[in-house]
Amino acid sequence: KMASSDANKNTNTEPWGGFEDNIIQGTGSAVIDMENMDDTSGSSFEDMGEMHQRMKEEEEVAEEAEATEEETGEDGEFLGIKGIKGQLGRQVADEVWQAGKRQASKAFNLYANIDILRPYFDVEPMQVRNRLIESMVPIRIINFPQKIAGELYGPMMLVFTLVAILLHGMKTSGTVIREGTLMGTAIGTCFGYWLGVSSFIYFLAYLCNAQITMLQMLSLLGYGLFGHCVVLFVTYNVHFHSLFYILWLVVGGLSTLRMVAAVISRTVGQTPRLILCGTLAALHMLFLLYLHFAYHKIVEGILDTLEGPNMPPIQRVARDLPVVATAAMNAVNATVKTLGVILQSQ
Amino acid sequence: MAEVDELSKPMFAGLSDVSISGDIPVEGEINVPVGTPSHDDEYSTLDEPVKDTILRDLKAVGKKFVHVMYPKKSSALLRDWDLWGPLLLCVTLALMLQGGSVDSKEDGGPQFAEVFVIIWFGSVIITLNSKLLGGTISFFQSLCVLGYCIMPLTVAMVVCRLVLLGGSGMVSFIVRLIVVTASFSWSTFASTAFLADCQPSNRKALVVYPVFLFYFVIGWMILTFSPSA
Repeated sequence: KMASSDANKNTNTEPWGGFEDNIIQGTGSAVIDMENMDDTSGSSFEDMGEMHQRMKEEEEVAEEAEATEEETGEDGEFLGIKGIKGQLGRQVADEVWQAGKRQASKAFNLYANIDILRPYFDVEPMQVRNRLIESMVPIRIINFPQKIAGELYGPMMLVFTLVAILLHGMKTSGTVIREGTLMGTAIGTCFGYWLGVSSFIYFLAYLCNAQITMLQMLSLLGYGLFGHCVVLFVTYNVHFHSLFYILWLVVGGLSTLRMVAAVISRTVGQTPRLILCGTLAALHMLFLLYLHFAYHKIVEGILDTLEGPNMPPIQRVARDLPVVATAAMNAVNATVKTLGVILQSQ
Repeated sequence: MAEVDELSKPMFAGLSDVSISGDIPVEGEINVPVGTPSHDDEYSTLDEPVKDTILRDLKAVGKKFVHVMYPKKSSALLRDWDLWGPLLLCVTLALMLQGGSVDSKEDGGPQFAEVFVIIWFGSVIITLNSKLLGGTISFFQSLCVLGYCIMPLTVAMVVCRLVLLGGSGMVSFIVRLIVVTASFSWSTFASTAFLADCQPSNRKALVVYPVFLFYFVIGWMILTFSPSA
């Protein structure tokens, strides 16, 4: 209501002509909706006070304008200079504030309009669940373009879930990030992968003339992270190397095949298909490998073992892990130590 | 009005001094029509003593804490939103989570800024998500609800710290696990009692999941906190 009342009202009460009002016709709701703020948060005292203050100011501006005209009409010379300066100064300051506020809210409504993203979040829980399951099932139709859902809710939630799982992994492995924070690294890695690799594959697809949009690519890769989430969730808690490799091949492989088949079905020609398929598969599988090994105790064990055979593999104190996990850790340490010795002797 | 234009230019320099003191020689009558006096008395909170303002705000915050403790479907939390409570809780939690590292040289525990950013950034993301899914709640109301529902987790943090004073063995881990799990489910339940009402009924699960994840991450940070030896 505030925005519309500002647009309709003519606050041009100054004789020197106020600021010009470039009315941009921007409708629709923004993140911080000026109109909604009045409706739904009306009785908060700060809001009411502010609103009332503004209404009073506008009244005062109008009244002072009349008063100024009256005074300067009658005894212009006898009025103290300070009188005019004070009142006109206040009006000018007020006009500057109003005009600035109008411009800012218009710019905000135009650029921070989240309604652009609204259609991509229009999903039902059943659909999300189905798509999660389908992301592990490759479809073998590659001569006809496969249908890819253009949705962003599932991918975003999966990326955040991956961030949470990564945090868990970093904590239990006692990783120490020297420059930066744990949370920053996790968020940066996951979002960087999702957005960066999507853009890169979209760029390659553009070069190879594939019929896929950026939204579809984001959605496809996002759902492909479901496999990663599952694998990492299992292997960060159960530290068996061979289990990880099996899961990497099977689960990672299935989700990669699904993505690759979808992309290939939309490309024509052997070489473009090969390029896209190879790049996507490599990046996806290698990312899972990286996530597992970058934040894993065993890595530190290997490094320390290679440095000096007499040093125990794990230097850091385990954080509140139950006794069972510590025992398992010691067993794994012993295995790694022998491996390291074997490698060194070769 | 040419003279006004000339005068207006140097006036921009002294815009900071726009108050009219009482001793300006002004001729004639200036009748500024005063608005309805009752309006002024009701909303003019500028003249009251500071103690009144602070106490009023504190009372509002306290009332909302009570609402979080017993999450019924009341709309008081939504109607009079304020961000003092969330700020207080967030700062308390971040201060208590600080300094929990094995080696004090290396950054092992979450720092103040990290916790702060997680809470506020996470709340913004959840609010945006809930708005995009077609919710009718406004931006700040949602921030308010999510912030206030961190209270059970802050209480759990205090309890965990006390438990850790007694030692950090298996028993204390189990006790802390139970406490954190209970408070994290309480937080999620409390916030969904307020937030899920503002969604179409078939999409409640879509809104609840990010809230669950958010409080899960905070609960995890609390659980894995171990003070420096």
